[in-house]
Amino acid sequence: MPGRYTPLLILSALVVGLQLATAATGTSYYLTQLTMTAYYTLVVVGLCILMGYAGQISLGHAGFFAIGGYTTAFLTTFNLAPHAQQPVAALLLRTGLAVSSRDLYGAALTTLHPGLAFLCALALAAGVAVLIGIPVLRLKGHYLAMATLGFGLIVYRVVLGTPALGAADGLSDVPAFVLAPGVKITGGAAGRIANYYAAWGLVILGALLVLNLMQSRAGRALAAIHGNESAAQALGINTAAFKLRLFVFSAILAAAAGALLTHYTGGIGPSEAGIMKSVRYVAIVAVGGMANLWGTIGASALLNFLSLRGYFGIYDDAVFGGCLVGMMLFAPQGLRARATFDRLRAWVRGRRRT
Amino acid sequence: MLRIRNLQAGYGKLRVLRGVSLHVRAGELVTIIGANGAGKTTLLHTVAGLVPAQGGEIEFDGTDLTRVAAYSIVGHGCALVPEGRQVFAVMSVEENLLLGAYTRPTRDRAGVRETLESVYRLFPVLRERRRQYAGTLSGGEQQMVAIGRARMAQPRLLMLDEPSMGLAPLVVKDIFKTLAGLHAAGVTILLVEQNARAALAIADRGYVMETGAILMEGAARDLLNNNDVQRAYLGKDYQSIGERTLPGAETQRQTR
Repeated sequence: MPGRYTPLLILSALVVGLQLATAATGTSYYLTQLTMTAYYTLVVVGLCILMGYAGQISLGHAGFFAIGGYTTAFLTTFNLAPHAQQPVAALLLRTGLAVSSRDLYGAALTTLHPGLAFLCALALAAGVAVLIGIPVLRLKGHYLAMATLGFGLIVYRVVLGTPALGAADGLSDVPAFVLAPGVKITGGAAGRIANYYAAWGLVILGALLVLNLMQSRAGRALAAIHGNESAAQALGINTAAFKLRLFVFSAILAAAAGALLTHYTGGIGPSEAGIMKSVRYVAIVAVGGMANLWGTIGASALLNFLSLRGYFGIYDDAVFGGCLVGMMLFAPQGLRARATFDRLRAWVRGRRRT
Repeated sequence: MLRIRNLQAGYGKLRVLRGVSLHVRAGELVTIIGANGAGKTTLLHTVAGLVPAQGGEIEFDGTDLTRVAAYSIVGHGCALVPEGRQVFAVMSVEENLLLGAYTRPTRDRAGVRETLESVYRLFPVLRERRRQYAGTLSGGEQQMVAIGRARMAQPRLLMLDEPSMGLAPLVVKDIFKTLAGLHAAGVTILLVEQNARAALAIADRGYVMETGAILMEGAARDLLNNNDVQRAYLGKDYQSIGERTLPGAETQRQTR
């Protein structure tokens, strides 16, 4: 019987195999899109458990992604040098939480340490998730979808209309984020392989976290909420608190993905906060199957990669919209990858016996 | 243990409970019988906090349950076996049971194991099926899961809503035998039933409920022998019609 970590090992093997394949065929430029795919996958991993296990839909996850990305971009590019006399900036400089460098034109540039900016991004996303989660999670079904859609629109409009956030241009020149010695989250061909492994390593870590969560007491509680909320309450499960915690958890995952992708690509623009991005995340979860972590990761890897390589052309958004409509019409439970595998395995076994 | 005074509750503007008062003493098995729509389920849901009380009080071991959120009422020692069983179909039997122990501290692993074993001793068939999806069990086995799940919280009061619903007569007999066994072991039980005869046969006391109010209260034996109860809920005349087959029997049944 395959253990519960078998798919995780398969995923790890695929990640390594893909890298070796690109190295062998001299197509390592694919790794750039594959790295970006990994960060988008991190968002849908969070959304997958929110939708599949807690039964909560969110059409606002691009908003959390953007909160993470923009917070990081703003804090790591905001020049503290002219404000060095002010107490907060002075304290940051003295404690080494700010880093000094020279910009393109040789002027002094002092910015917040990316690690601290990253933590600020996660904290802000978590805070916003709590604030909007408390009222919004009282809603159900399409009312919840509408409310989260509204939240996504607000974030989009705010980043588009704020000059400090670059308005329609977004923010650029985001510095590298040293995650570990030798692993710098930034673009460029030199760090391509390290970045690829760092990004997919995070996805695997996220999946591992979700797997263990689902097998725990909390996971059983979530499944019970999905099954029957009243019955779950009658067993002593604080359903409202659970839904909120899961909402915050998925928002933090989205914000982390947004922040890291911003470091990787060196900037972020308002399109990352757009409604179509949120729809895209929901569509991927739908294609993967609502409570199917592996299906979602697979669907995300395939669709995001094809989209980032530009295979869908001008029909990019239409493909994801079409996926969503098609899935809802013909396979609301997702493409049953599991059932297909089971059938295949039965077929192989039948062969062996004869 | 449980004392309900002048309880009023309902859904929106619809008032279902119009001043219900009753009590359950520690160690008692009390049953509430009554026809469809009398408010029996609403009463249990109100005690469990699933339906908010609009007036009156529910005192459980000194706590006013009308002020306690639904999810923490189990922690106070009052567990509900809901109507229609409500097991989680795509979870295994054991997962369903472990969920019942949700309110117990996570450190108490050994204690939860022990309770799980006691549930398996109570319903040996559940041990055989513990890896099976609860949705694939028969109705009677699902009822066992529902009762076992409530027992996992180690409640001081066990409330059951129509445990006989939709089950074969033989299975109903088994379930009631189990309830009688639990009662004999000292468990306090509040049982809501439409199957009045079976419920009164194992109960200490009974309440008759009609249109949102308690109509009658008494020892189970007295209620079983009470003429009004017999006519309204035990189908005495109906049975005697069948036995006598008198010429005027048909009309007599229709007038009832």
